[in-house]
Amino acid sequence: MLGKLTLSSIPYQEPILVGTFVAVAVIGLAVLLAITYYGKWTVLWRNWITSVDHKRIGIMYIVLALVMLFRGFADALMMRAQQAIAFNSPGYLPPHHYDQIFTAHGTIMIFFMAMAFMQGLFNLIVPLQIGARDLAFPYVNSLSFWMTAISAVLVNISLFVGDFSTCGWLAYPPLSELQFSPSVGVDYYIWAVELSGVGSLLTAVNFAVTILKMRAPGMSLMRMPVFTWTVLCSCIMMLTTFPALTVAVAELALDRYLGMHFFTNEAGGNVMLYLNLIWAWGHPEVYILVIPAFGVFSEVVPVFSRKPLFGYATMVYATLAITVLSLLVWVHHFFTMGAGANVNTFFGIATMVIAIPTGVKLFNWLFTMYRGRVEFTAPMFWTLGFMVTFVIGGMTGVMLAIPASDFVLHNSEFLVAHFHNTIIGGVYFGYIAGMNFWAPKVLGIKLNPKLGKAAFVCWFIGFYLSFMPLYVTGMDGMVRRLNHYENPDWHKWLIIAAIGAVVILIGVVFQLAQLFLGLFQIKNPAVRDVTGDPWNGRSLEWSTSSPAPAYNFAHIPVVHARDAYAYDKEMGIDTRRTSEPYTDITMPRNTSAGFFIGFFSFFFGFAAVWHIWWLAVLGVLGVMLTAIVYSFLDDTEYVIPAAEVERIEKEHSRNLMTQAAE
Amino acid sequence: MKKVLPKIVLSVTGLSSSLMLGGCNLVLLDPKGPVGQAEKDLIVMCASAMLLIVIPVIIASLVIARRYRSTNKNATYSPKWDFSAKIETLIWGIPICLIAFLAYHTFVSCHELDPYKPLVVKEASVKPVKVQVVALDWKWLFIYPDEGIATVNEMAMPVNAPVEFVLTSDAVMNSFYIPQLGSQIYVMAGMQTQLHLMASEAGNYAGVSNNYSGAGYSDMKFHALALNQDAYQEWINKVKASSKVLDTESYAKLAVKSIKHPVEYFSAVDHGLFENIVAKYNNGMVADKDSGKMIHMDSNMSGMHTKE
Repeated sequence: MLGKLTLSSIPYQEPILVGTFVAVAVIGLAVLLAITYYGKWTVLWRNWITSVDHKRIGIMYIVLALVMLFRGFADALMMRAQQAIAFNSPGYLPPHHYDQIFTAHGTIMIFFMAMAFMQGLFNLIVPLQIGARDLAFPYVNSLSFWMTAISAVLVNISLFVGDFSTCGWLAYPPLSELQFSPSVGVDYYIWAVELSGVGSLLTAVNFAVTILKMRAPGMSLMRMPVFTWTVLCSCIMMLTTFPALTVAVAELALDRYLGMHFFTNEAGGNVMLYLNLIWAWGHPEVYILVIPAFGVFSEVVPVFSRKPLFGYATMVYATLAITVLSLLVWVHHFFTMGAGANVNTFFGIATMVIAIPTGVKLFNWLFTMYRGRVEFTAPMFWTLGFMVTFVIGGMTGVMLAIPASDFVLHNSEFLVAHFHNTIIGGVYFGYIAGMNFWAPKVLGIKLNPKLGKAAFVCWFIGFYLSFMPLYVTGMDGMVRRLNHYENPDWHKWLIIAAIGAVVILIGVVFQLAQLFLGLFQIKNPAVRDVTGDPWNGRSLEWSTSSPAPAYNFAHIPVVHARDAYAYDKEMGIDTRRTSEPYTDITMPRNTSAGFFIGFFSFFFGFAAVWHIWWLAVLGVLGVMLTAIVYSFLDDTEYVIPAAEVERIEKEHSRNLMTQAAE
Repeated sequence: MKKVLPKIVLSVTGLSSSLMLGGCNLVLLDPKGPVGQAEKDLIVMCASAMLLIVIPVIIASLVIARRYRSTNKNATYSPKWDFSAKIETLIWGIPICLIAFLAYHTFVSCHELDPYKPLVVKEASVKPVKVQVVALDWKWLFIYPDEGIATVNEMAMPVNAPVEFVLTSDAVMNSFYIPQLGSQIYVMAGMQTQLHLMASEAGNYAGVSNNYSGAGYSDMKFHALALNQDAYQEWINKVKASSKVLDTESYAKLAVKSIKHPVEYFSAVDHGLFENIVAKYNNGMVADKDSGKMIHMDSNMSGMHTKE
């Protein structure tokens, strides 16, 4: 009846897990009670769960990302604590628990923190930046979100029901095969990755189509804001490489569920096939994540330097070059498999060639600041922190890209330091710069700059304290994923690294304080921005009110130049075209289809993990029925009457006038 | 706030440089063999070449940001300036030159330090030592085919003699790595990889698995002893004096999962044990390293599967 699921699958003998469960249950219950007490269930259902508004979906993505950041960061703290005390002792985490933690940390941070945050930023900004009213496929967008969200839930359920994979974030076979990992951990990994992969792939289709087909009139490709360019490139990479991930993990599932032999030791299985497939996705994945972060910096630096981006065309070509090159470098993750010198040379050089366009970008931001008027706002702090930190990560990346150096650096703590150097110093700093930069557009207020800068300072110092020591222990022969060790030389460095993690924790607390203060102040007229353009921005998202109305733009703006809004402001052109008569606007209607497909997919995933086949069948039937029923709905749009549009726009104009009068 | 940032950065760069200075005796910077030495030289050269660009870029980022701060009204402000062909050439040119330099050294070092390439020694009389390595859950088995002996979690090699490793796994994938001697190589079931190393100084070097392989991974360590010729012969004799023999039966026992397996010596090994371990994952076939031909092993290993 319940497949492999029995009472003994619940780890109630593990105090850490029971404690976590109690905490999660109490908080969850409190939230549910609060929603009931304040009667917010209908609001939650109508405005959020069934919403197809890209702005609301974007907020939900970012909330999901922040919750997952919290989970992934808790894992990080536990790992750093383990390595700080496990010198000549087993530490406090036995291998089975520790191995789950580092696997969950990587899986969560990449798939559910970084990917969710990235898709959140896409959603919040791209339609506004290109002058569109919504995405090409609003319902698919809602579906994407729910597939990501339920996969995140699936990963977290594994904390309390059964266990998670112990095979590392990419689940290398043959270790991840049934023979060596018989528990359900790898199955949780498989279904979480497969289901969230559906979401990511649909997002890529959605945004690629939106950017290619729905730009405002006059916005040629070479007039697109750089952030939109980077989103397009990121989507192209997702479209090309996510299928490789899906196939690799599906083949692993076939091995585990149907006794096939894609990657087993026996019967012609080949582990290197898996490594090639997974890294054919895995390496582009880091560019999928970091290129939009480069896009954020390309928006932040010009705005706060008060001049246009230096070398726009160069920036675009550099981004496209990275997009293409990123598909040609995957073998650098396993130079040590024993391929010939020529193969290694090709992939080594292809990898370091990426440093050229990346270096060019860095110089572009530098020369954008040059002869500018640089304002040290919180987004600019994160940007400068990135520029300083990322060059170091780039340098160590090139060191790893030289196969002969990689023969000693591969899989060491040096590698761990390198990829955190690029993911924290590049991706994370970029997304947080973006969050601080675009928060006024979303919330209507600027996030507190002091708390933002304090958070940055802690993250910046904490990052160096945490990861510079790992470069050192890596050079001292320390390999990654160690549960305990006997080398006294490493101990002091790992203690410093643990202190660094605590400093980052303080940074996280500042960030949470900044966000909660922002939410608390949201109605406070003293800090509220009514102009919609608090930074004196350059692109179209700043031309509408904050938060933008449901329809984004009453009149679709006409683009006359790059930096469309800055041009309009300079030329005295009214981007909003307030003097022209308003017309009815047709918008997509909310739908619960995305939520229900996600809901049934969750039960399918959970049932597949535990081999509860009747529930899996019900889950699939639920998904199919929902999709069929939805496809028969004709009434998927609603009309905002011209009078209503006029009322909203007039109110915004009035606000602008009052603000100007003050 | 604007003055805080440079201060932070200064203290951080100060900290990281003191880290580097404190790192003179780091294992990878203190290699004990020609392969490790060449790799260290390569790392140091490439890192220095890149630092020549990286450090000025870091300084320039901070200096430019500070110089052109909005409160500094003395600085030139060119609100329209967004293109310069000269600068564009320069910012593409500098990274291209650097990468061209590194690419050349990549090509050379890739061929020079190919782990499959036998090491050349001056004295032609020095005979390379052959060692077959089998990764097991979670220990290392070393077979010396020329001596007919085997050891677990300890191996020895004469100083200044090239060692030819041939490696396979009878469990999951691992990576065979002796940090102070240089290159590592993956170890996979059903496959044979090769590695050539040499120690130029006597010592007891740490050997590890460098690819996570499950619960016993952190303790999957071995001693790599680099011994002078006499001491090496003594070590061989010591192993040969062991009462234990590695045959099908004792191998099956050895292959059972174990953590922190003690050092073991076997005075004799079944002929073709290594080839049989490879062949059992390939329908009894094994590739001969020298001729490249597939040979069928008349195997009695099928009963030895650790599977299920």
